[in-house]
Amino acid sequence: MLRKALTLALASAFVAALFVGCKPAPLPVIKIGINAEITGDIPKVGEGTVYAAQLWLEDIEKAGGLKVGDKVYKVELVIGDNESKAESSAAVATKLCVEDKVLVVVGAQASKQAIPGGEVCDANETPMISPWSTNPRTTKDRPWVFRACFLDPFQGTVVAKFATEEFGFKKAAVLYDVASDYPKGIAEFFKAAFEKINGPGSVVAFETFTTKDRDFSAQLTKIKGSDADFLFTPQYYDEVPLIVKQAHELGWTKPIIGSDAWGSAELMPLCGDDCKGCFFSTHYAAKGAKGATKEFIDRYNAKYGYVPDDVGALTWDAMLIVQKAIQDCGTITGDIKKDRTCVREAMAAIKDFEGITGKMTFDPEGDPIKCAVIVRINEAGEFEFYKSACP
Amino acid sequence: MDLSTFFQHFINALQWGSFYALIALGYSMVYGVLMLFNFAHGDIFMAGAYIGFFISLGLVGLSTSGLLALPNWLIFILTLVLAMIGTACLGMIVERVAYRPLRDAPRASAAITGLMIGILMETSNLMVLGASRRNFPTLIEKTVYNIGGVSFTNTKIMIVILAVLIMLGLHLFVHRTKLGMAMRAMCYDYFVVPLMGVPTNFIASFTFATGSALAAVAGILFCIAYPVLEPYMGALVGWKAFVAAILGGRGSIPGAVLGGFLLGFIEIFVAAIFPSTLRDLIAYSITLLILTFKPHGFFGEPYSAQLGISARR
Repeated sequence: MLRKALTLALASAFVAALFVGCKPAPLPVIKIGINAEITGDIPKVGEGTVYAAQLWLEDIEKAGGLKVGDKVYKVELVIGDNESKAESSAAVATKLCVEDKVLVVVGAQASKQAIPGGEVCDANETPMISPWSTNPRTTKDRPWVFRACFLDPFQGTVVAKFATEEFGFKKAAVLYDVASDYPKGIAEFFKAAFEKINGPGSVVAFETFTTKDRDFSAQLTKIKGSDADFLFTPQYYDEVPLIVKQAHELGWTKPIIGSDAWGSAELMPLCGDDCKGCFFSTHYAAKGAKGATKEFIDRYNAKYGYVPDDVGALTWDAMLIVQKAIQDCGTITGDIKKDRTCVREAMAAIKDFEGITGKMTFDPEGDPIKCAVIVRINEAGEFEFYKSACP
Repeated sequence: MDLSTFFQHFINALQWGSFYALIALGYSMVYGVLMLFNFAHGDIFMAGAYIGFFISLGLVGLSTSGLLALPNWLIFILTLVLAMIGTACLGMIVERVAYRPLRDAPRASAAITGLMIGILMETSNLMVLGASRRNFPTLIEKTVYNIGGVSFTNTKIMIVILAVLIMLGLHLFVHRTKLGMAMRAMCYDYFVVPLMGVPTNFIASFTFATGSALAAVAGILFCIAYPVLEPYMGALVGWKAFVAAILGGRGSIPGAVLGGFLLGFIEIFVAAIFPSTLRDLIAYSITLLILTFKPHGFFGEPYSAQLGISARR
């Protein structure tokens, strides 16, 4: 009798304990992968990416999490360093998609890394958005890859039109890195656009060098000897100071125009007085910004001590686009394949997104139609808005 | 190509070749004395540049804060001298730690050790100092001269003159001093030299120190000309200087100088004459062609002679 009662008591306690341990399943954590150039040739780009992403995460955490539908989810950033190398970018993208099982990948930034990264993300059916890569090949024929900036065919035309309309230049010289996708792409687009406006042969010098070269005296001497009215050099911020300084040392006094890779916060510390008075096309101009753009700039400056460059601003917009896509998707099931498909569809459907770098609507290729900004480096070394150029 | 453009390219090539020559000297000297190629030499060049960077930054800081007002040219000389000493010590440490224990090991082991030390230096720099590019402070105000269409800066001339003076100094040292004679003796006959009472370990350390000091000079002059520093700056220039050392004849000091300037001239003039995209292809095809006809370089000796087996020389 006692044994029966004891057994019953124990059994009931056991069953009760089962229910005590039973809680509703925790919500899945939303993981967003960041593929950035943290070390290597352009570390300032990686820094801007990570800082802008962390600023965005701060906002999410302040609100207690990301509200999707009627549930609130925790968000985690998984950061990978692609070392500014194409093969490392593919490795980071693979790790983020396969091992870390992220929902969306943000990055890489430079086209040399974004193109292989995009290939991996597309193959793994993971939505990816590159904030800064302007080469068309990043998104071409890849339904899973998007970008937050304009494209190089457009940018090349912008610079060609600007040089012709603003200064009446008829002959151009170009110096670019033939071993890197971005400079090579935009140099060729610029040449095509400039020669369309000014006739074949108007690009009188089309000189190249290889990545990591330091001496450009032979190429610049040839450029000086040509009849060009200006020099267009679409290079990254670690090479531009050397090119501009060497050009001046060889007696080149004519204008030098650049492209959006110039716009780094580290350009002026490395270049100094030599770069003042130069122009370049870019995504946004910090000086004179208003509204949401100014808010972001002030917040970033207050936290990190310098005015954010275009990488930071575009990454901020990209994070907000990702957020909107996840929220538009409406439900996170926890099945990563389903969720990724849902987010991709929501991202492709985004219309008239008001970013701090401009209004964005994705075309079928995953590229936004956006305006470019021509910036002039003024005597104080600041990037000053000069002119806007829209498609 | 008209005359002024030719002279422009000529001056550019003189400057560019000076760097290769100074670094190639380190490779050749170490090979001559120890029969091993120090593949970490390019990274010692990088270390010299960074040591010079921090010294000059410190001195400029001291100067501007008013503690010790120094004119910029004095800062430059001090940077050069102190960086040479610092890099020489680094070179001696590398020799002591990496190469001396492998003195009697197969040559391949020593070569691989060199590569590993190089990678170690690059990645430690990356880890400790971060990936950001550094800007070398302007110690010498650049003035651009234009004579007959040829533009050059005062720094360009200074780099070439300084490089040539240092190479002359090295030549005098190697041929007029006892220590230099001991170094040449080790080149001729490595095995007999210790039997004559010459301290080979000391000579080996000293050779490394001298080679590293030369690399430091190259590093600082490089930063004067191209003021952006990064951890991997020694990789490309170091390997090309190695090619220059082989071109001139491994183990030969005049060979290293010739090889360095020759490679510099080939690179610049090929880019000047042919489309610049084909520069590396044509330049290194020419180098390959030269080596096909002179496999030991211009001043190199066949291996058997270097071992001292034949009594000639």
